Amino acid sequence: MKNKNLYNYILGIADNSLILGQRLGELTGHGPSLETDIACTNISLDLFGQVRSYYQYAAKIAGDDRTEDDIAMLRKEREYFNVLLVEQPNTNFAYTIVRQFLFDVYHYLFLTELQKSHDVTLVAIAKKSIKEVSYHKRFSTDWLKRLGDGTTESKQKTQQAVNDLWTYTEELFYTTQADNAMISEGIAVDVTKFKANYYQNVNAVLTEATLDIPESKFFQKGGKQGIHTEHLGYLLSDLQYMQRTYPNMEW
Amino acid sequence: MKKNWPLWEVFVRSKNGLEHRHCGSLHAADEDMALENARDVYTRRSEGVSIWVVESAHIKASNPENNGELFEPAQDKVYRHPTFYDLPDEVKHM
Repeated sequence: MKNKNLYNYILGIADNSLILGQRLGELTGHGPSLETDIACTNISLDLFGQVRSYYQYAAKIAGDDRTEDDIAMLRKEREYFNVLLVEQPNTNFAYTIVRQFLFDVYHYLFLTELQKSHDVTLVAIAKKSIKEVSYHKRFSTDWLKRLGDGTTESKQKTQQAVNDLWTYTEELFYTTQADNAMISEGIAVDVTKFKANYYQNVNAVLTEATLDIPESKFFQKGGKQGIHTEHLGYLLSDLQYMQRTYPNMEW
Repeated sequence: MKKNWPLWEVFVRSKNGLEHRHCGSLHAADEDMALENARDVYTRRSEGVSIWVVESAHIKASNPENNGELFEPAQDKVYRHPTFYDLPDEVKHM
């Protein structure tokens, strides 16, 4: 492949949305209420829509006979480059919302910057996606405030989720070798540039939600290099089941 | 039932120039959440350009028991319909 770095860079972006979309999709029919169930699965479908554009572009760059579906469905665990945050399970609604919030703030800042890329396809995808992500951010921010500043139980569960998921936030700003190569070509977003802005945004909402900002300085990373938590394998076995069991099936 | 969120009625305008139409109801804790829920439940297939929500408790409804006195007297007064005019084809939404 001529442009391996660009290919890997695109997968890094797309895999975040694919895995988070799959996590949210698990809530289909299981949301805490009909309304939040539909809201979470709407967000899931938005993310899957974005993912298709990225994988179609990646398939074009790969230049062999792989399709968008092959790229999405037929890789092994170590070949997914999503951050660890998005693969964390839907432990309860607080975890779902906190995970979403921590990702949405990042996603919004990321897409804002991606619109300045030298790659016109990525710019087009970013322009289309940012409207959706702007709504996702609104949804998760509003819910975080409600849960944090809600009942004693909702506050306690939400604080627990914040404390547990905090360790995955710093990885959002880790850059791989493919990222760095693409940054120097003006294609990739240099995520380190909005790290301070990210934590400022997140901390402001946590404070408004009357939640404590974790002080822990211990952070996990690995997802961007394909080293995942124990949760991804189970997620992939769900995601890939149909394609693995009935190869090339369509409906 | 006390612990449930209150019920809200949702009105959606399908495009500019048309009126808001009642399309259903949903549960939400307050008006902001009602609006977001309405967006997700009722406009995700691009059904609308504007949403109104109103708490169902604020609606005063007619009593079905009074249907006789309220509605039946109108049934035999066909002359109250503007059916005796020829409408030009260009006039829409009448």
